[in-house]
Amino acid sequence: MAKRLSVVDTERCVGCQLCMFACARRYGESGIARSAIHVRSAGGVERGFIVVVCRACKEPSCAAACPTGALKPRNGGGVIIDYSKCIGCGMCRKACPIGAVMWDEELNKPVICVHCGYCINYCVHEVLALTEVKE
Amino acid sequence: MTCIDKSLYKVLYVDLTSKRFWIEDRSDLFEKYLGGVGVAVKLLEEEMPKGADPLGPDNVIVFAIGPLTAMYPMASKTIAVFKSPLTGNFGESHAGGRSAVAIRNAGYGAIVIKGASDIPVYLVIDNGGVKFRDARALWGMRSAITVGRIIREAEGGAGVRTIMRIGAAGEKLVRYASVMTETYRHFGRLGLGAVFGSKKLKAVMVAGKRTIPVKDKQAYRSVYDEIFKTAVESPAMKKYHDLGTAVNVLSLNKIKGLPTRNLKSAEFEGADAISGEHLAEARLGRRIACAHCPVACIHLAALREPYETEPYFYKTVFVSYDYELIYALGSMLGIRDPDGLLKLIDTVEVYGLDAMSTGVILAWMTEALEGKIISEKETITKLKWGDYQEYIKAVEYIVQQPNDFYKAAAIGLDYLAEKYGGIDFALSHGGNPMPGYHTGPAAHIGYLIGARHSHLDNAGYSLDQKLLGKTYPTPEELIDKLVDEESWRQILSSLVVCFFARGIYKPEVVAKALQPLGYTYTADDLKNIGFEIYKEKYRLKVREGFKVSKLRIPRRILKTPTPHGYIKEEYIVKALNYFKKKMGIPE
Repeated sequence: MAKRLSVVDTERCVGCQLCMFACARRYGESGIARSAIHVRSAGGVERGFIVVVCRACKEPSCAAACPTGALKPRNGGGVIIDYSKCIGCGMCRKACPIGAVMWDEELNKPVICVHCGYCINYCVHEVLALTEVKE
Repeated sequence: MTCIDKSLYKVLYVDLTSKRFWIEDRSDLFEKYLGGVGVAVKLLEEEMPKGADPLGPDNVIVFAIGPLTAMYPMASKTIAVFKSPLTGNFGESHAGGRSAVAIRNAGYGAIVIKGASDIPVYLVIDNGGVKFRDARALWGMRSAITVGRIIREAEGGAGVRTIMRIGAAGEKLVRYASVMTETYRHFGRLGLGAVFGSKKLKAVMVAGKRTIPVKDKQAYRSVYDEIFKTAVESPAMKKYHDLGTAVNVLSLNKIKGLPTRNLKSAEFEGADAISGEHLAEARLGRRIACAHCPVACIHLAALREPYETEPYFYKTVFVSYDYELIYALGSMLGIRDPDGLLKLIDTVEVYGLDAMSTGVILAWMTEALEGKIISEKETITKLKWGDYQEYIKAVEYIVQQPNDFYKAAAIGLDYLAEKYGGIDFALSHGGNPMPGYHTGPAAHIGYLIGARHSHLDNAGYSLDQKLLGKTYPTPEELIDKLVDEESWRQILSSLVVCFFARGIYKPEVVAKALQPLGYTYTADDLKNIGFEIYKEKYRLKVREGFKVSKLRIPRRILKTPTPHGYIKEEYIVKALNYFKKKMGIPE
C-alpha cells in the first residue's frame, strides 16, 4: 500500500527544523537549499509553528499547472518530477495552495517531496508520520 | 586538510559610519582557530584599537559561528565578542535561536560590525551582502518584542532567519542591556545591547538558504546518526527538555547553594513555588528549540493576566524562564509568587536587559535601602524583598534613569556601590554581577578568573557539586582543573557547540565529526588549539588593562556558608596568585 508523509500534530512541534536538515541530508549534504519540508513560526515562536509538507493530492494542482508535463502523478498521491522536462517556470509553486512546492534557488527548480519518510527518523517530537493512503 | 565548505571562511565586514560592506576570505584565521570564539577574538583584536571606548565608534562587534554549525545537532550557538561597557574589558556572549544556522546558511563564518551610524538603522544580511534600513520609526519603541514583530512582517525569509534586536535599555545605553534573538534567546551578558545602542544599530537580521557540501557523504550521515542517537538517548537531553534549566532550582536549594536575598542566605524558603517542577505544572505553555537542536530546552510560561479596567478581559503573554532568571529575579529578591516572578521577567525581557545583572543590582539596592545606606529619595520605589510590583517599577527607572541614582545604576553595580557605599555586599566578579551558584570556592574563583567572568567559562559551580562529600583540592589543583575546563570550552565555542551538549561532543567525537567535513584533527590537536585560543583571549584582556590584582573578592561570599562551608579568603588569594603565574599575566 502506498504511503504519504503527514503532519499528525503541529502543536507538538518545537521548531527545531531537524526534519528540514534531514531532507537535505538525503543528498549527503547539509544546508536547506533542497529541503522539501519547511517549518516556520506562526507569527512568532510563542504562537507555535507551521509545518509545510506536500499533502500528496490525488488531483495535484501543481501537475495541472505544469506547462511542460514535468510533474507526473505519483502512486499514492502527489507527483514525481522529471527534471529534464522542467524549465523552472515556477507555475507549480504558484499553483500549490499550501505552499508545499519548495524552490531550489541554486538550481532554479522546484523541490518536490517524494514521501520517503526519512525526516520522520529525526522528529523526536512525534509531529510527522507516514500514513497509508486509502485507495 | 580543512573545511570543504569555503563559505565558512568568508567574513562579512560592515562599517556603519560609511554605510559600506565588504567580504574577505579569512582562511588564515579559520584554519588556525576553527571558527567561533577562536576566530572572533582575533578579529576583535585586529579591528578594535587598544583602549577603545566601549560605547564609542571604535568598539567592534564580531558575530562568529563554526564548522559544526548547521552540520550536526546542538551546534547552533553564535558567539558575539566586543568590548564590554560593563566591565570595560573583553566581552563575550553566546546565543542560540536561529542565529547561528542563519549566518551559516547566508554564507558567512563571521560578521564584523564597526563604526557608528548617524541615524538609527537595522541591517538585513543575506548571501548578497548587507542592506541598510532606516530604523528611525523603530527607535524609542518600548518593547524589543514589538520590534521583532515589525521586522518579521517587513522582511522575507520566514523560518530561515534570525532577528537580533535591542529594546529601550540598549538605546538608553544601560551597560547591561542585552540583544534579543528569536524573542526568547539572548546575548544577555556584558552589555552587547548598549554597544548596539551606541552605534544606533536597532537590529540585525540574517537570512539564508543554501547547500553546504561535505567531503565524505557516507561518513557524514553515519557520524550524524551516531551523534543524534547519543543526544536523543542522553539523560541530559531529557532533563533539559522536561523541565529545562529550571530543574536546578530545587537541587541548588537542597544543597544550600541557591543565592537568596542578595546572598544573605543560600537557601530560599519559597523555592518550591518558583521551582522548575511547579512552573511546568502550573504555567508551562510551550517548549521551543533552537534551529537544528532536538532538545527544546526553551520553556515558555503562559501567563494569563486580567485587565483591571474591564471585567472578563484577559491577555495571555508567553514568558521564557530559565534557572538564571529564577535565581536573579526570584530567590535573589525573595520573590516566591510565580506570577509575580513571571511579570518581572517579562518586564526585563521587554526592555531588553540582562536578567542576571538586573536582579543582582536590584538585590543590592534592596539591601542598601534596608541598611539605610540609601533612601527612597534615591530609589523612588519602596523596594522590599518579595514585592515584585516595586521591582517592576525599579526596572523601568533603570531604563529611564530619572535621577542620579538610576543613572549610576545604569552604569553598573560596582559603580553604584562605590558611589553610594555598600561595596561589601555588591555581588560581582570582575564587574560582572554574579551568576546563581554559591556552591563553593570553585564557583567564585571560576567567576573571578573566567575570561568573561561567567559561570560558563569554566564551570566551577559544577566542579563544586561533583566534589561534595569528597576531599577538596588545593588551590593549585583547583586552578589546574578550571583552566583545563576553560581551555576545552574554547573548542566547543569555536565549533560552535552548545555547552549543554558538552557530554556528547567529547574530544574524540569532535575529531570524528570534523572528518567528513574535510578536517583531519586529532583529539590532542584540538586540545592544543583550545589552550592557544584561551591564551589569545587572555592576551587581549591584558592588552585592555586586565589585572588579577584588581579583582575584588566580594566580602559577602565569605560570610554566607556554601555547601562546602565558609570560603576562606586565603584560599582564593592563593588560587589567584597561582593562576597569575600559570597564565603568565604580569599583574
